[in-house]
Amino acid sequence: MLLLLFLLTLAVFFLFNLLPFDPARLTCGKICTPALLEANRHRLGYDLPLLQQYWNFVSGIFVGRTFAGEGTLPGIVCSAPCLGYSFLRHEQVLGMIVKSFPVTFWLTVGGFVMWITTGLAAGIYAALRRGRWQDRTLMGIALIGYSMPSFFLGLLLIFFVVLTWHLVPFPSFAPPEQDPVRFIQTMLLPWIVIAVLNAAFYIRLTRNQVLETFSEDYVRTARAKGLPERVVVVKHALRAGLTPIVTAAGLDIGYLLGGAIITESIFSLQGMGQLALSSVVNSDLPVITAVTMVAGAFIIFANLIVDLLYGVLDPRVRVG
Amino acid sequence: MAAVAREAPEGMITMVEPADKPFLSVDGLAVQFPTEDGLVQAVDGVSFSLEKGKTLAIVGESGSGKSVTAQAIMGLLDRRLAQVSGEVWVGGDELLGMRPAQVQALRGARMAMIFQDPMSSLHPFYRIGDQIVEAIQAHRKVAASDARAEVLQMLKRVGIPAAERRIDAYPHQLSGGMRQRVMIAMALINSPELLIADEPTTALDVTVQAQILELIADLQAEFGTTVIIITHDLGIVADVADTVAVMYGARIVELASTKVLYGQPEMPYTLGLLASIPRMDKDPGERLEPIPGNPPSPIHLPKGCVFEPRCRYSNLTHGLSETVRPDLLPTGAGPGHLVRCHLPPEERRRIAADVISQMRTVAVEQ
Repeated sequence: MLLLLFLLTLAVFFLFNLLPFDPARLTCGKICTPALLEANRHRLGYDLPLLQQYWNFVSGIFVGRTFAGEGTLPGIVCSAPCLGYSFLRHEQVLGMIVKSFPVTFWLTVGGFVMWITTGLAAGIYAALRRGRWQDRTLMGIALIGYSMPSFFLGLLLIFFVVLTWHLVPFPSFAPPEQDPVRFIQTMLLPWIVIAVLNAAFYIRLTRNQVLETFSEDYVRTARAKGLPERVVVVKHALRAGLTPIVTAAGLDIGYLLGGAIITESIFSLQGMGQLALSSVVNSDLPVITAVTMVAGAFIIFANLIVDLLYGVLDPRVRVG
Repeated sequence: MAAVAREAPEGMITMVEPADKPFLSVDGLAVQFPTEDGLVQAVDGVSFSLEKGKTLAIVGESGSGKSVTAQAIMGLLDRRLAQVSGEVWVGGDELLGMRPAQVQALRGARMAMIFQDPMSSLHPFYRIGDQIVEAIQAHRKVAASDARAEVLQMLKRVGIPAAERRIDAYPHQLSGGMRQRVMIAMALINSPELLIADEPTTALDVTVQAQILELIADLQAEFGTTVIIITHDLGIVADVADTVAVMYGARIVELASTKVLYGQPEMPYTLGLLASIPRMDKDPGERLEPIPGNPPSPIHLPKGCVFEPRCRYSNLTHGLSETVRPDLLPTGAGPGHLVRCHLPPEERRRIAADVISQMRTVAVEQ
């Protein structure tokens, strides 16, 4: 786990520093002279060997960094944990991430609740009605949802729900503790977009898992005990087939916490995805690096959680 | 095994049955599975009856329809995939015509089943105690603590050592024999009147097989349970069964009391099965006598006698066995001894005597 995180920072750092643009150039502004450029490069540490830069970056996470002032430019202190400093926006990258994260967090949580409930419910229902028209209809809807581009669905929703029918005002994020009504109004459509895209996959997964475990001997035992079909399906068949669903859900959550670029852009939500996008557009290297690392860390973390959940779900995995 | 009149007079839907009606009676049971390759005839007109507290062994090789018969009785076949017809009477109720919810209420309560592989038949994610408690609470309103006490008692009864500890074990923490004891405990927890054991010892070590059979017999005596044991192993049947039904190609081909079946078998297939049992008193170097050929495809069952293609005596029927399906008819040799065979009775008995004396001669020569 720690090794993975270390490898992640290493890979991301070197990957982005191999890109052929000069971060010092961005700090230089319009009246750039070669001397000023060189001075900036030196001040920001971009003239050091790459390995030294990497060390500065990593140690900055634990002890913070300072960039010396020079001439009219004030010195910059980036306190620990320092994930870098955006010289373009004159902000600590960590602060930018902390500001963006709640939006992404709520987007992920709400979307997850919607997709997992509809995915499980519709998947179980399709499995129970396998081969009949209900099953076929659901699978058809799932296929459409699966292949629907998120920007298309998002724009459709905005066009009809917001602009034509005026059911909700135009999205503008408010934290749930400040303005719960506006929070829900804003997040509802993004949630639906996230949920539709993911639920489609979970309907199919749940249906297949339930159908697979249906032929297991212990499901037959459950029926032989005289349990109602509902209990047989949920407590015995679905419970046994839950592992792949939990795995997929964990990874999807980890992935989404790193930012849903398209969905956030369409609904102008200032989340992690937007942060990543704008930093890429502006070639803001410290931000790109940090956001990518944080997104990667979420996936590693999600993996760890999933591994721990295996032990909870399957007693055979538990040790000792 | 005499046929019993059981049709209620027209218009009477009461469950009043003649007092002499056997506890279990299966009449003309047929199960078909429509598949893409054609109609699979898994069970074709199986009829038998069984008195309370007795044991019937259904013997046959894989695909003979014995397990499907059991699952049809339990109502475990998916009625969307299987076409089931005939009648199954258990304790005065006809099951095949019942609503699924009614059969579900009987399953696990009046009739219970144990399966071949106890590892895969127990849910891997739940503690065995909880799985048995679930069986209790599916049928009776019992407080969790009382149910647990009942489970503990039953686990002790089926011979699980350190039951206080094992009740919280997961299936993978137990040995095969222990798991099958757990399955038996789960099946008997609601004191069912009918217990169906589908190859209960096949997946177990040879040393454990006898213990499990003995346990089933003990519990049967204690609870007065009617038992159907399904097996492909004629060797284990002799000690436990009162009656034996030999199945082949979706049908019963011979039905007799255990004593008659081992002493005076008549159907050539039964003879083949008996001759292929390994015996301690035979010369170790001697080869077992296999039945030549393979079981018939359940999609294309032979037109005549289902065993005809593999029967070495079929030429003695003058072609009858190739075209006409024989009925399951009394032999007259013993009460309830039925055989499905075109061979003339005296011919059958001569052949049987030959085969049996051959088996004995080999034994005597040692």
